[in-house]
Amino acid sequence: MAQPIMKQLAAMRLDKRLVQLVLSLLALVAITFVIGRMLPTDPVGSIVGELADPRAYAAMRERLGLDKPVAEQFLLYFWHLLQGDLGVAALTGNSVSDDLWHAFPATLELATLAIVLSVIVGVPLGLLAALKRDSWVDQLIRVISLVGHSVPVFWLGMIGLLVFYAGLQLVGGPGRIDVFYEGLVPPVTGMILIDSLLAGDMEIFQNALTHIILPASMLAYSAMAYITRMTRSFTLEQLSQDYVTAARAKGVSPAGTLYRHVLPNIAVQLITVIAISYGGLLEGAVVTEIVFSWPGIGQYMTSALLIGDINAVVAATIVIGIAFMLLNFLSDIAYQLLDPRTREAN
Amino acid sequence: MDMTKADLTGARRPSLLHRFLTLPFWSALRREPLGFAGVIVLALLVLVALSAPLLAPYDPNRQVLDSSLLSPSSSHWAGTDEFGRDIFSRLVWGARLTLRTVFSVSAIVGPIGLIIGVVAGYFGGRVDAVLMRLTDIVLSFPSLVLALAFAAAIGPGLNTAIVAISLTSWPPIARLARAEALVVRNSDYVSAARMYDASNLRLLTLYIAPMCIPSVVVRLTLNMATITLTAASLGFLGLGAQPPAPEWGAMISAGRKYMIDYWWVAVMPGLAILLTSLAFNVVGDTLRDILDPRHERG
Repeated sequence: MAQPIMKQLAAMRLDKRLVQLVLSLLALVAITFVIGRMLPTDPVGSIVGELADPRAYAAMRERLGLDKPVAEQFLLYFWHLLQGDLGVAALTGNSVSDDLWHAFPATLELATLAIVLSVIVGVPLGLLAALKRDSWVDQLIRVISLVGHSVPVFWLGMIGLLVFYAGLQLVGGPGRIDVFYEGLVPPVTGMILIDSLLAGDMEIFQNALTHIILPASMLAYSAMAYITRMTRSFTLEQLSQDYVTAARAKGVSPAGTLYRHVLPNIAVQLITVIAISYGGLLEGAVVTEIVFSWPGIGQYMTSALLIGDINAVVAATIVIGIAFMLLNFLSDIAYQLLDPRTREAN
Repeated sequence: MDMTKADLTGARRPSLLHRFLTLPFWSALRREPLGFAGVIVLALLVLVALSAPLLAPYDPNRQVLDSSLLSPSSSHWAGTDEFGRDIFSRLVWGARLTLRTVFSVSAIVGPIGLIIGVVAGYFGGRVDAVLMRLTDIVLSFPSLVLALAFAAAIGPGLNTAIVAISLTSWPPIARLARAEALVVRNSDYVSAARMYDASNLRLLTLYIAPMCIPSVVVRLTLNMATITLTAASLGFLGLGAQPPAPEWGAMISAGRKYMIDYWWVAVMPGLAILLTSLAFNVVGDTLRDILDPRHERG
């Protein structure tokens, strides 16, 4: 198995895609460097105070590296980044990379559950819409997914809390877990659902589940629209192909044709769609986390925004950016591996 | 394939208006009830924004503290907020802010995308490779997060939001314009103009770019729902228009505190955002269906 995969990797011009990925990452580093230095306020002055002694001012300027030429500052910034040094967060006093290391699993857990939910619901809806094309079912599914695509997800989250938490008391409230369960499970992955399972603590698992289900569903609803629409259009494209007619003529049932012939063909195309949605969810989580007091990267980033801690903001941007780009890159590779038609001839 | 000069002089450049009016979606739109409804809603929204001073029953910023947090009634259709301001009036005035953001971003990214795409498509080769690589790079950026970081760096405000959203919104336009330019550059009328020694600049600006404008305009409407939502997110985070401006996202954020007991303060502006972005999405979706024959609806 190893041999053909290596050959396939070579055949699909991995080098080209890697170059693209590296260029994108470099551009991300460059643009965050610019953003970090665009502050209208004087970063030195904001630390030492306006009436500081000129010598103290100069010393701080030197400590921050701002006395060096811009090109050198950039290289220094890049060098620190490569070592995982993202500076110190004003809010927590910890190093930003430590903070992000703790916050990222929470965001990942939320976005991952959301993408799973949106695929579970979105793909069947898309298939159904394609099969019942132009019927009222199709129209209804179209409207449902369009609304999901148009709703501001933070607002939907607030409504969700109002109805399902404050009103019906069906789900847990803001946060990842009830306060008295906090810190009882040893953090292995940082994702509470997994950690509680690893510790074998079903009570905490269930509690965490009641907390995550609402924000994850809200995020999933917003991602579902795209998945549903693309599933529908991929399926319609396949249904018009000759092999479907042939299968039906042989006597394969409509469901059988869909399951055995159409689904495998659209699965490959769906991978890209799902990866893009997943990246979008990582971003969407940023605003949703505020509504649900979810201690992830979005919450961290927005608290840093409010106190003007640009270091932490830039670092969070980089982390989300890298995750985003890697997802796209991996989906690209998966797509190429699974669909021989997309390989470039060499 | 040997064209003489005489053959080519007969190839005239189609008029821009004609090309726009004969875009297939105008007639197809009539067969799409949902898309048609979307167009109507958008037209109404523009009308509301334009005539806000006439339509709003109250001054959107007038505080009447003894009538704060009143529930929706015949005198206050959408209730009042924590300062006793009439929410309906604020929504009406807020439409101006939202539409201004949406149209400003479109006015910025449209020309940028058009220029980049047309230049890449027309010249091809190395220029194309460099420009398209740049486009792909920006396309791979997480746009919302980058907009947040940018707005945080240069300070909040409506104009900041507009620039921040524009930064990452041009690549799809550039890609489209390039694809169009690739087709148009081989047309007879372009060859004819070239025979008469038209300069590259002249060909680009007068012969190729105008032909790409209609589809760029259509593509821009597809982006408008996303712009509406991103602008609302920035407003919600306090990075958009500043108080007391009746920005819809900021109104939701302010209403959050009173959510449990006074639902309308946060719910009403959310409905306005939902309606606007839904209308843009429906129109965009319909345009996509009409323009892309692969997604044709029966």
